[in-house]
Amino acid sequence: MVGQIAQHAMEVHGEAWTIKELFTLPNEEIYWSIQIVMYPFMTGLVAGAFVLSSLYHVFGIEKLKEIARFSLVFSFALLPVAMMPLLLHLQQPFRGIHVMMTPHFTSAIAAFGFVFSTYGCIVATELWLVYRKYFVQTALELKAMKNRGTIDNLRCLLFAALTLGAWDISDEAVEKDHKACKIMAGIGIPVACFLHGYAGFIFGSVKANALWMTPLMPVIFICSAVVSGVALCILCYVVVQEIRKFMARRKIARWAKDVNAPTVDQLEGAKHEEVMIASNYLMYFMIAALTLEILDLIFRGYTQVKSWDILREVIMERDFTKIFVMQYGLGNILPFLIMVLPGRTVRRTTIATILVLFGVFMMRYNVVIGGQAFSLSFAGFMDYELPIIPHNIETYKEGLLGALTVAATPFVLFYFINKVMPAFLKEEEPTH
Amino acid sequence: MERRDFLKKCIMVIAGASVPLSALTLVDPKKVLAANPSIQWAFLVDTTKCVGCGFCVKACKTENDIPLNANVTRTWVERYVYTKDDRRYVDSPKGALDGYTDARIDLGKGEFKEIDKDNVGKAFFVPKLCNHCASPACTQVCPVGATYKADNGVVLVDRKWCIGCGYCIMACPYAARFFHPVLKVADKCTFCYHRLSKGLDSACVNACPFGARKMGNIHDKNDPITQIIMNERVGVLKDEFGTKPQAFYIGLAQEVR
Amino acid sequence: MYSYHRKSNEAEWANQPAKYGTTGREKLHEFCAECHGDVVKIRTEKLHGTIPCENCHGPVLNHPEKPEKLDVDRSRELCLRCHTNLPYTTSERKRIPGIDPKTHNTGAVCVSCHNPHNPSLEGMK
Repeated sequence: MVGQIAQHAMEVHGEAWTIKELFTLPNEEIYWSIQIVMYPFMTGLVAGAFVLSSLYHVFGIEKLKEIARFSLVFSFALLPVAMMPLLLHLQQPFRGIHVMMTPHFTSAIAAFGFVFSTYGCIVATELWLVYRKYFVQTALELKAMKNRGTIDNLRCLLFAALTLGAWDISDEAVEKDHKACKIMAGIGIPVACFLHGYAGFIFGSVKANALWMTPLMPVIFICSAVVSGVALCILCYVVVQEIRKFMARRKIARWAKDVNAPTVDQLEGAKHEEVMIASNYLMYFMIAALTLEILDLIFRGYTQVKSWDILREVIMERDFTKIFVMQYGLGNILPFLIMVLPGRTVRRTTIATILVLFGVFMMRYNVVIGGQAFSLSFAGFMDYELPIIPHNIETYKEGLLGALTVAATPFVLFYFINKVMPAFLKEEEPTH
Repeated sequence: MERRDFLKKCIMVIAGASVPLSALTLVDPKKVLAANPSIQWAFLVDTTKCVGCGFCVKACKTENDIPLNANVTRTWVERYVYTKDDRRYVDSPKGALDGYTDARIDLGKGEFKEIDKDNVGKAFFVPKLCNHCASPACTQVCPVGATYKADNGVVLVDRKWCIGCGYCIMACPYAARFFHPVLKVADKCTFCYHRLSKGLDSACVNACPFGARKMGNIHDKNDPITQIIMNERVGVLKDEFGTKPQAFYIGLAQEVR
Repeated sequence: MYSYHRKSNEAEWANQPAKYGTTGREKLHEFCAECHGDVVKIRTEKLHGTIPCENCHGPVLNHPEKPEKLDVDRSRELCLRCHTNLPYTTSERKRIPGIDPKTHNTGAVCVSCHNPHNPSLEGMK
C-alpha cells in the first residue's frame, strides 16, 4: 500500500455535511447521517405495522380485521426497506454480508441480520397462512380457464408455486391455517419488539455518546415504533380506501366487471370504524412513548452529570426548534389534541397520523443527529447540513434523495405485493 | 421428611453451592498464556515537554499513508490556552499537522480568536492518539471482528474485512478512529505495528525532538518507560468509560478530555 | 479479547515497510551516521542535535538506492513549527527562541541566513 495513496487534498467521509464549531476533535464528523435516521424509522414502521396486525390475529379484535390484513401485507413490503438504509450507509456495501458470515455477538449490530431474517420468516409464514386459500382458489380458477394467454399461464404457475403443494382447502384445513397463523402472530410480537428494541440498544449501548447512553433507549424506541407503525397503517389504509372509493364511483378496474365489489357506502362505513379503533391504540402508545422520553429528559436535567452542560446547550438552545417545536409540539401534542378533542372524524385522524409520523421521524433525527451535534471534548459543536443536491455518490446516498429513495421503496413494493396478495380480500365466511 | 434428613440435605446443598463455578471450568493454556504475554505495549506522553511542533503528526501521516491534506489523523496535538480572566480556549487546527504558527485560536467556521499576549495565563500542548485500551469499546462493537486487540496489546483494523459501518468510530470515546479517505475502511493508530515488529520506534516517537512521546513494554519491569509509569504520577484520559486506556499522560489538566 | 479475528491480518500489518529509519532522539541518528558521519557528528553536538534528520530530510526508505537524494524540506513553515513566537510561558515553548513570522524577513527562507545544522547566531551565514 505504501506510496499508492495520493497525497493531495481530499474530502473525508462526513465533511460534506458537517459544520464544526469551537473545539471539536480532528477526527470528529457526523459519520452517521440521514440513512441512520431512516434505519430506526423504517424498522419502527415494520415493527409497528406488524404489532397492529397482531392485535387482530392474537387478541381477536374483530373490528380491526381489514386494517390488520392490510398492515400485515404492508409490513411485508416495508421489510426489505429496513435493510436498505444500512446498506446505503456502509462504506463497503459489498462486504455487508460479512455480518452474517462472521458475526461477532459482542456487537449490538451483529445479530441484526439474524433477528431480521427470523422476523422476515415469521411475517412471510403468517402471510402464507392467511393467503393460502386464496392462492389455491386462484390457481384452480386459472387452471380451469380455457385458452389461457402467456400472462395467465405465468400467473397460474406463480400461484401454483405459492401454494407450496398444499392444495387442501377444506374447512378443517383452513381452520388449522388460522390456528397456526395465530401462533405465528403470537411469536411475532416479541420478535418485532425485539427487532426494534434492539435498534434502540444499538444506540443506547454506545457509552461514548452522552445523549444516546440510557437504558431507556430500547423501550422508547419500541413505543415510538408502534406509534409510527400504527400511524402509517392508518394513513395508508385511509388513502387506499379513498382510491378504492374513487374507483368505485368511476366504475374502473374491479368495479367495472365485478357485481359483488363493495359499494362506496360500504367502504366508507368500514373505514370509519377501523380507523377509530386503530387510532385509540395509537394514542395509548403515544402516551407511553412521550412519558418515557420526558422522563429521560427530566432525569438528565435533574442529575446533571458531567455531560449535562453540553447536552443542555444542544437540547435547550441549539436544537430547541427541532426537539420542542417540531418533535414534541407538532409531532406529539398537536396530533394528540386533534384526536382527543370530541367529535373525532376520519379526516381529523388522518391529519393527526401525518403529524405523528413527522414527529417520530423528528425523534429519530434528534436522537441520531442530535447525538453527534456535540464534540466528545464537550467543548465544541457539529451542525448537520442535509445534502439536497448531490454532487457525488456519497452525497446522493446520504442526502435528501437517498432518504426519499428509501421512503418511496415500500410503496413501490406494496404495489407489486398487492397484485399477488390483495390486501383487501373479501372472505365469504367469518374466520374466527 | 425427618429433621435429620432435612438438615443433611441442607448441608449438602450449601456445600454444593459453595463450590465456585470457576473451580469447575477447565483451564485453557492458550488463554492463560495470552493473558500474560511477554510484550504488552503502552504509550507515555509527557505533556510538559511538548512544544506543539507537530512533527509527530506529519511523520505519522507520512509513515502510515494517511493523505496529508485530508482532515483526519491518527495522532494530533491540542493546544490549551487559559487567560488570566479565566477563560479557556482549545484548538487543534488540522490536528496540528503544520504545528502552531499562529497565536490566534481557531474557533471553527473560519473564525479566529485573538488573545492578548499579556492576558495569557497557563498554556500547554497535549498530544493525543489511540489509547489502545485494555478493554476497548471499539473492538467490542465491531459486528464482523474486523477490529481486534492483538496479543501484544495493539488494537488493529483488518482492512480487508471492515464493512465500514462506523460503529467503532461512534463507540470510541477518544475520537481516535476515522474512515480512511481512500480505502474507505475504519482506520486508527497502530502504534506503528510494522515498525514495532521490526524493532523500530513508532514514527511519532521517532520524530519527536523533545522526548514528549515514548513507548514501552509494561510487562517488562526493567523497561525505562515502565519504570516511569510505575513510579511517577501518571494519568489517563476519560477513565470513566472503563476502557482502561494504555496511553499514560504526565501533566494532565482537568480540561483535557 | 471479544471473540475471534482473522489471524493473518496481524502479519499483514507487521510486514508493511517502514519509511522512516532510526534517527530519533533515542537512537541518535545512527542510521545516517553510517554514510554521513561527519555531518551527523557536528549536528549532534549543536542545538538542533535532538531533531531527527528525517524530520527535515524526509523518510529514508530505500535511500540511497531509490531515491538517491532525499527531498529536503527547506521551507519557512518547517522552521516556524518551533520558532513562531507564542506567548506561552508555562510550556516548553518558552525555551525556544521565536520570531513573529509576519514581521521577521517575510518571504525569505530561513536557511538563507541560518545554518540549520549549526543554528547558533554566531554561525550565521
